[in-house]
Amino acid sequence: MTEFTRPDGSTGLVPTTPTIAGAEPLAPDAGIDRAVETTTEAGLELKARSQWSYARMRFFRHRLAVAGLIGLIIIFGCGIFAPWVAPYGFAQFDLLHTLQPPTTAHQHYFGTDTIGRDEFSRVIYGVRTSMEVGVFVAVVSTIIGLVIGAVAGYQGGWIDNLLMRVTDLVLTLPALAILLAFTALVGNGGQWDLSFILVAFFWTGIARVVRGLFLSLREKEYVEAAKASGAGDMRLMFRHILPNTLGPIIVNATLAVGVAILTESALSFLGFGIKPPTPSLGELVADAQSNPDQWWLTIFPGLTIVVIVLCVNFVGDGLRDALDPQQRRVRA
Amino acid sequence: MFTFIARRVLYSIPVLFFSTFFSFLFVSYASNPLATVRQNPRATPHLIHLLTLQYHLNQPVIVRYFYWVQDVFTNKLGRSLVTLQPIWPDVQRTMGHTAQLCILSESVAIIVGISVGIYSAIKQYSFFDYSFTTVSFLGFAMPVFWLALLLQIAFTDEYNHWGVRIFYTSGLNSIPGESWFTLDRLQHLALPALTLFIISFALYSRYMRASMLDVINSDYVRTARAKGVSERKVIMRHIFRNALIPITTVAALNIGGLLGGAIVTETVFTLDGFGFYFVQKLGQGDTYAVMAYLLVTAVIIIIFNLIADITYGFLDPRIRYD
Repeated sequence: MTEFTRPDGSTGLVPTTPTIAGAEPLAPDAGIDRAVETTTEAGLELKARSQWSYARMRFFRHRLAVAGLIGLIIIFGCGIFAPWVAPYGFAQFDLLHTLQPPTTAHQHYFGTDTIGRDEFSRVIYGVRTSMEVGVFVAVVSTIIGLVIGAVAGYQGGWIDNLLMRVTDLVLTLPALAILLAFTALVGNGGQWDLSFILVAFFWTGIARVVRGLFLSLREKEYVEAAKASGAGDMRLMFRHILPNTLGPIIVNATLAVGVAILTESALSFLGFGIKPPTPSLGELVADAQSNPDQWWLTIFPGLTIVVIVLCVNFVGDGLRDALDPQQRRVRA
Repeated sequence: MFTFIARRVLYSIPVLFFSTFFSFLFVSYASNPLATVRQNPRATPHLIHLLTLQYHLNQPVIVRYFYWVQDVFTNKLGRSLVTLQPIWPDVQRTMGHTAQLCILSESVAIIVGISVGIYSAIKQYSFFDYSFTTVSFLGFAMPVFWLALLLQIAFTDEYNHWGVRIFYTSGLNSIPGESWFTLDRLQHLALPALTLFIISFALYSRYMRASMLDVINSDYVRTARAKGVSERKVIMRHIFRNALIPITTVAALNIGGLLGGAIVTETVFTLDGFGFYFVQKLGQGDTYAVMAYLLVTAVIIIIFNLIADITYGFLDPRIRYD
């Protein structure tokens, strides 16, 4: 390693050409040394950039994605700190102020419902639940889908067969109908029950994506080269192939957050997902059905879902552009 | 081609068997058979015992599954275990309504979506393109039930305020009875169809735009232009026709999402369709009716998947099935 000093006094390392054991050591790469010298002499900064820093740059150049990210941070921040942000409790009622339109008086920003519960606080608590369900489902189903898809794509054999058959089963039935049937049976209205049911269906989609990626990368020359130099299956899968699949996987996981939130709210709306007393945005919209004249009860929870999913999709698209530039963009 | 279709049809038999088998296990576990009979004060324990034997409710669930399969084939999906009414007439009626709704919304969505997609691709990054990009992004992020509710509230308000009936906000007909192709039916179907239309339109216009852009940058389009083919002809004959191929697949595979959307939309507009029927029966724990829905929709989805594959092979001669 050659060390060089930047104009600001910090030092950096320039990698030299790797040496092969047993062979004559190669001459240090004079080209890099000279490049470092000339640039530092000219007062310019030489900075090593990893793939990730390029991706970060591409992401932050995507204006909508940054806007989506900021939106998500604000909304999810409200969800995380719900007890501090919400002026009232989720079920706290006030029979003196029922069905109030949005007003700043008494901090009823989104108005109140039939028994005077503050809609703003209810939406904030609903965001918290939706956020937890969405992120949990995306993370857990990605991990499960990743492991199963990787093994299926890399090894093939009975695991691959089983995976494809299971996904065929899942794909034959209309997703919403089968989820409804499941939640009618095992869901007791809690958010975690629903999350596990969603995971049970969501992992198949991600596993199929990962399987496809592993199938194509398995045949690449660099994998063959690694194999020839004695890398084992585990090393090939997780050290050589996996990093190259991370881009599409992260994009898929991000978009899965949005799909999970939409699905959760639809199930809760129909009365089969999350049930009171657990707060949920879909349930708030369902409640509003009995008060169609009080527009604020319908508008705000629904609009919150739209904004969350919109932000998630923007971030997902930005990540796709940043991490996975080759993939054809269908949505944007 | 024939062997391909035959193999796919044969393969779908075990898929259907397993998916209905697992669904049956779960659905019947949550069911509540003979509920209405039990509520009837005149139902004697003896009668209930007889019905239990007649409908094999004393048997283990795996055995009951095979009785259900038998009922499907010999008895047109059997009788509801809750109300003891035959299921087939209900399925036939509600399916018809759902089909009418879906055909109406999808045909409009396909035509409008494709047209908008073409124009957006030709005028990429124009005001038109950006506006419809926004619309479809909203369409992707919009919960179907909320969109349906907004339309319902808007037109209920409109009627209460102006007293002019443009669209009805629930049901299928003003006068009880079946009138399939009347203005009245159209006024009832318009809002649910509009809901499904917006969701599907977002999908089709995006895919059509992307697929057009793919083709626009291909070599043979450049060649056609270089030969001096008129722009109109390039777009209609060279680009449009090839860009349509992926859309056929997308449209056929969208059937699952469409049925899901129909469940929600029909529930909001209390429309006597198959999806609303399913939600109601699921709430009542009516195993046979729920299974009827799952079986029929599974068959529909399998058929549409097959259609997608066949048309794809038909439209794109590079795809060979053997």
